[in-house]
Amino acid sequence: MDTEQQHIEISELTPEKEPSSLKLVLALGIAGLLSGIILVATYTYTAPIIKANKEAAMKRAIFKVLPNCASYSALKLTNGKLEEKVPDADNKKEEDKEELLVYSGFNEDKELIGFAIPGSEPGFQDIIGVIFGYNATGKIIIGFEVLESKETPGLGDKIFKDADFQTNFTALAVEPEIISVKKGEKQNPNEVESITGATISSKAIVKLLNKTMLIWQEAIDKYIKENNLNMAQKDE
Amino acid sequence: MSELVEKSRSSEEFLKGLWKENPVFVAVLGMCPALAVTNTAMNGLAMGLATTFVLLSSSILVSSLKSVIPKQVRITAYVIIIATFVTVVDFGLAAISPAIHKELGAFIALIVVNCLILGRQEAFASKNTIGLSVLDALGMSAGFTFAMLCISIPREILGSGTLFNMPLFGESFEPWVIMILPPGGFFMLGFLLLGFNWYAQKRKERNLIKQN
Repeated sequence: MDTEQQHIEISELTPEKEPSSLKLVLALGIAGLLSGIILVATYTYTAPIIKANKEAAMKRAIFKVLPNCASYSALKLTNGKLEEKVPDADNKKEEDKEELLVYSGFNEDKELIGFAIPGSEPGFQDIIGVIFGYNATGKIIIGFEVLESKETPGLGDKIFKDADFQTNFTALAVEPEIISVKKGEKQNPNEVESITGATISSKAIVKLLNKTMLIWQEAIDKYIKENNLNMAQKDE
Repeated sequence: MSELVEKSRSSEEFLKGLWKENPVFVAVLGMCPALAVTNTAMNGLAMGLATTFVLLSSSILVSSLKSVIPKQVRITAYVIIIATFVTVVDFGLAAISPAIHKELGAFIALIVVNCLILGRQEAFASKNTIGLSVLDALGMSAGFTFAMLCISIPREILGSGTLFNMPLFGESFEPWVIMILPPGGFFMLGFLLLGFNWYAQKRKERNLIKQN
């Protein structure tokens, strides 16, 4: 018993031999390599699922902002003109390019009912990303959905949680320029009632809508004229 | 006899994380997620489960590789292991539940620097068998998840009037918005720490009286 105790004490006191630097570098190198392999495997497995999720979310949003939408196609803006976007065979190329896209929505009779337009603008905390439905005949916004937002929970997040704020976007005129007014003071069709306690977030939305319409309106009008598209009449 | 000792040791390693050495209420570790993502019960639960996965897998790997990893670079090796699993969780969550992934945002990536996880590797997994490390990791993560729920459930109930997104009160309930804002996190954590310490002190006093 005694000798064993001594033996342990001695082995604890004698300093361990330093391993060579090569061994240390090798150990970390192998760890990094294994970690890399695991990460690549996980990424290859999850990347298509994540992409599909994003596409599904976009699809849901388009159908939500364009009531009665049955199908849609993506249009891209090139030199001030809208062109049908041909799906790229090479998927990688598509991801690299930051394209400006809108989606034209059609009802069951293949009539154009409007455009779903994505836009973004700095809010209170971070960029707010939205998509909204635009009816080009009436020049009104007919639907609105927030895609991305880090606005303050309980205050700024009312831009997508508050049902009252959403009713601003059932028939919002875009001409003349949209302006924000205090809650309960809406008189004209181009006014948006702000959320009490979230003025900055509300104003950011208004600014976003105006800014995005400026980019698209002309191109959309031209597109409709050139292609002789008839907007479906709303049954209202 | 030794079997019995072994058994009680195992249960001890598991239970200590839940109460006696609770990572949040006693060790006050992992404050960043405990304050930042506990504004809804769902977020708290998701964060607890993500941390459980990372802690469990890292503990298994660290305790099984403890003889291979040179002592001089062990912390770096632990961080590589932890970071790998965190990234796996990040991808996995984005694939399984994009909504929760969006809510938790950057805080998933921050699990890497949660000292609860690195601390368990250094203090426990690197010195014990795989079996005990698994129990320790499970106990600690259960304690962490429990703490996350303790903070997030009252915050959600008071701050939004819901629990797991189900409305609890009628229309007339006016939510205490402050509870889901950052100050609410500090309030809730402060109250819970107060309660925990008060209880611990009471028990200590009672034991003293008993001894005398």
